[in-house]
Amino acid sequence: MQGNCIIIGASHAAAQLAPSLRQEGWQGRIIIIGDEPHAPYHRPPLSKTFLSGEKTLQQLLIRPLAAYDKIDAEFMLGQRVDSIDRENKSITLDNGETLSYEKLALCTGSRPRQIPLPGVELSGVHYLRTVADIESIRAHLDKSQKPAKAVIIGGGYIGLETAAALNKLGVEVTVLEMMERILQRVTAPVISEFYQNIHTEAGVNILTSMGVDAIQGEAKVESVLCSNGETFAADVVIIGAGIIPNIELAEAAGLTIDNGIAVDAYAQTSDPDIVAAGDCSSYPHKLIGSRVRLESVPNATEQAKTAAASICGKQIDNHTHPWFWSDQYDIKLQIAGFNMGYDQVLVRGDNNSRAFSVWYFKGEQLLAADCINQAKEFMQAKQLLAKGINPSPGHVCDTDFDLKSLLA
Amino acid sequence: MPLINYVDASGNQFEAEVEVGSNVMQGAVDNMIDGILAECGGACACATCHCYVDEAWQDKVPAVESAEQDLLEAVVDPKDNSRLSCQLVVTEEMDGMVVHLPASQY
Ligand SMILES: Cc1cc2nc3c(=O)[nH]c(=O)nc-3n(C[C@H](O)[C@H](O)[C@H](O)COP(=O)(O)OP(=O)(O)OC[C@H]3O[C@@H](n4cnc5c(N)ncnc54)[C@H](O)[C@@H]3O)c2cc1C
Ligand code: FES
Repeated sequence: MQGNCIIIGASHAAAQLAPSLRQEGWQGRIIIIGDEPHAPYHRPPLSKTFLSGEKTLQQLLIRPLAAYDKIDAEFMLGQRVDSIDRENKSITLDNGETLSYEKLALCTGSRPRQIPLPGVELSGVHYLRTVADIESIRAHLDKSQKPAKAVIIGGGYIGLETAAALNKLGVEVTVLEMMERILQRVTAPVISEFYQNIHTEAGVNILTSMGVDAIQGEAKVESVLCSNGETFAADVVIIGAGIIPNIELAEAAGLTIDNGIAVDAYAQTSDPDIVAAGDCSSYPHKLIGSRVRLESVPNATEQAKTAAASICGKQIDNHTHPWFWSDQYDIKLQIAGFNMGYDQVLVRGDNNSRAFSVWYFKGEQLLAADCINQAKEFMQAKQLLAKGINPSPGHVCDTDFDLKSLLA
Repeated sequence: MPLINYVDASGNQFEAEVEVGSNVMQGAVDNMIDGILAECGGACACATCHCYVDEAWQDKVPAVESAEQDLLEAVVDPKDNSRLSCQLVVTEEMDGMVVHLPASQY
């Protein structure tokens, strides 16, 4: 606990790991290396209030860089780690510099899945993951004729949040979704339908079962060609086709990979001196009952705490249920739990209103709840899950029944 | 800069200078004060920044809005002076304010 602890990646996981390391008693240097030029910042607002211009970069920071002086954590920003030498316990940076470590934490996160479409290299085509991506999208929109036109490829949460934020900015937005419904992989049909309606009312054009064949234009993007022959004019194209974990460093170093850098319940990789946390890692989740790789901020911070404890020789269980949120227009969706493997869906409240919730079960077991403008029910679902209490279908569907009474 | 006093469940006190316009949650995060998790980073989505505003400072904080109210009703151990610290935007009048942190955010 006297040597160097090097953290690779400077985002949500790293921002929690560093202070937690000090709390757990790490006395040596803590060095955080990140290839983006910024101190760790909140990624969720990128597609929400940062894109819409309500938040500045300064407001996006998890904490100002100077705040890390209090825990004596050092940053090397704008630098990439190229390789890990496990035998000599060192890493090499892209400028050739080598640093040795006693303990290493991989917080390399994930990156957008690239899709091999003709025309993706055109100027004006974007993915959405970093501050730099948003700055570039905004610069392109500023240069376009008004009203600017955006085509979003992929109707997942990020694509839909982006659609809402751009709509707020007065951009004409079209969302092209390949599957039969938006959010198909992550929610039940009632939620997909709800969001389809909300966006349509706001003036966003959402088209499902719509495959894309090519992005067209001379130097700059001009339109998107769909498989049915239709084309959509575009000043910017934003691709939201999911993410893939950044595992290459770990893989090249010979660490075990299993849909992400494989770690145990204590964030330990197959090398006892290396931990991994956040989007880049998969782990056996006790409450979910299988190995999962979660893509969310609460997961990154929880796992970072576990990883910091592990580095300092302590085993603490990550025992919280996953949760997630999404803001679109005036609709706040909060998701408690993880609905993987559900076989029954119950609606609480009126799904034609703007406040209701959807509950996912596997047999009698509650897995998750999607709560639309229902913060109270979200909190109750979280607590039911935490306590392992399964509400009956009758209770879930009866809005006069106070779910809180089950928690007493 | 206004000074905010955070008192944890065991009575330990932490002081932090927090800029006007920032909020009580951010003050705790910037100063690595344990007890405020702030998982959503101030989006009023998580209720893991729950705190109790000291009785003497009740009239210095803004009123509770509906999204906050809904979350507050379901936090662990809610009290009349429960607030989500991310919704407490710091003003000059809050200089010296005392907030108490709950034993647990879950
Ligand atoms: C637009 C958007 C909206 C989102 N909305 C939500 C939301 O509402 N709620 C929610 O819970 N989650 C949301 N997420 C997901 C959430 O942001 C991620 O789960 C979280 O950022 C994961 O944090 P992390 O630290 O594991 O990795 P990341 O945030 O991916 O950061 C990893 C960092 O490591 C860097 N890096 C990688 N390899 C190297 C290397 N070799 N050398 C140096 N640096 C390296 C990367 O460039 C990156 O900066 C959203 C994500 C995006 C993009
Ligand atoms: S930080 Fe999440 S509600 Fe305050």
